[in-house]
Amino acid sequence: MSRNTRINALLLLAVAALAVLPLVLGLGDHKEEPFAGADAEAETAITEIEPDYEPWFSPLHEPPSGEVESALFALQAALGAGVLAYYFGLRRGRRQGEERASAASGAAAAPGDAPEGD
Amino acid sequence: MHIAEGFLPPAHAIAWGVASAPFVVHGVRSLTREVREHPESTLLLGASGAFTFVLSALKLPSVTGSCSHPTGTGLGAILFRPPIMAVLGTITLLFQALLLAHGGLTTLGANVFSMAIVGPWAGYGVYRLLRRWDVPLMVTVFFGAFVADLSTYCVTSVQLALAFPDPSSGFLGALGKFGSIFAVTQIPLAVSEGLLTVIVMRLLVQSSKGELTRLGVLLTRTGERKQEAVAR
Repeated sequence: MSRNTRINALLLLAVAALAVLPLVLGLGDHKEEPFAGADAEAETAITEIEPDYEPWFSPLHEPPSGEVESALFALQAALGAGVLAYYFGLRRGRRQGEERASAASGAAAAPGDAPEGD
Repeated sequence: MHIAEGFLPPAHAIAWGVASAPFVVHGVRSLTREVREHPESTLLLGASGAFTFVLSALKLPSVTGSCSHPTGTGLGAILFRPPIMAVLGTITLLFQALLLAHGGLTTLGANVFSMAIVGPWAGYGVYRLLRRWDVPLMVTVFFGAFVADLSTYCVTSVQLALAFPDPSSGFLGALGKFGSIFAVTQIPLAVSEGLLTVIVMRLLVQSSKGELTRLGVLLTRTGERKQEAVAR
């Protein structure tokens, strides 16, 4: 593993640790519903402050179940990850192609001068 | 940070919509100009939008015992400046409002203001400030993304406290309440977002040197020499 890859792996590991530690340490245990969404908690806080508040508009389309909702969230993440992977794959391929092309033209210009490979 | 559909009184919903609209319009103009003048940047623009898509779908557990998600807006703000991020962030929020019932159309203006306007500008401001002090690139990227993420959630707390002041302790009391839900939860997530943004920036430095130099993220050779000279 190159030094660069190792640093990236360590950074990823830190992100994973930040996500897993609250679960392992049981930081949600004091709650009725551990690890609920902060957005939903804010809705609860609103109804605490103003018990009479009624949302005056409801979503045009609502996922029919929690499963469908998580599927759509997964779709959103997959779309984004797909585009990112396409970008980096394309860049890598282009760079390799350019390197190969310049190596080939270098070899063609001076045959026998610099044999390819080590 | 998604204020749910119908959860802002109409006057607030309209006011935030009016406040956000000019930024988004200006952003659309910057985006079309960028694509027209530099068609080669379309791919990287797509990648920046994609980063926001991924990160805002990732709901992660936090120290407060609740879950929240990063925003992913720091990267695009650093690469393409905040106006363009206003558009990419709005697209993400629209997708979530329409398909996931996450956020909403009536609260779109408020959500755009926090995630697609204040977040990117605050993150970009910190990034520029740190760069001026010759802080290493990856450190500036980390803090840029960290601030973009955290400031978004602070704005959401302010928006909700303005709409729902506490009957006894008023605006400040409500701000404390919403702040403890959003801002405190968000601190470790903002660290995660900073680290993820650094990873992507490191990959970009490897793969897209030319692009980053044109965007001014990487300094040109002469700039580097100048910096070295100053360091000596």
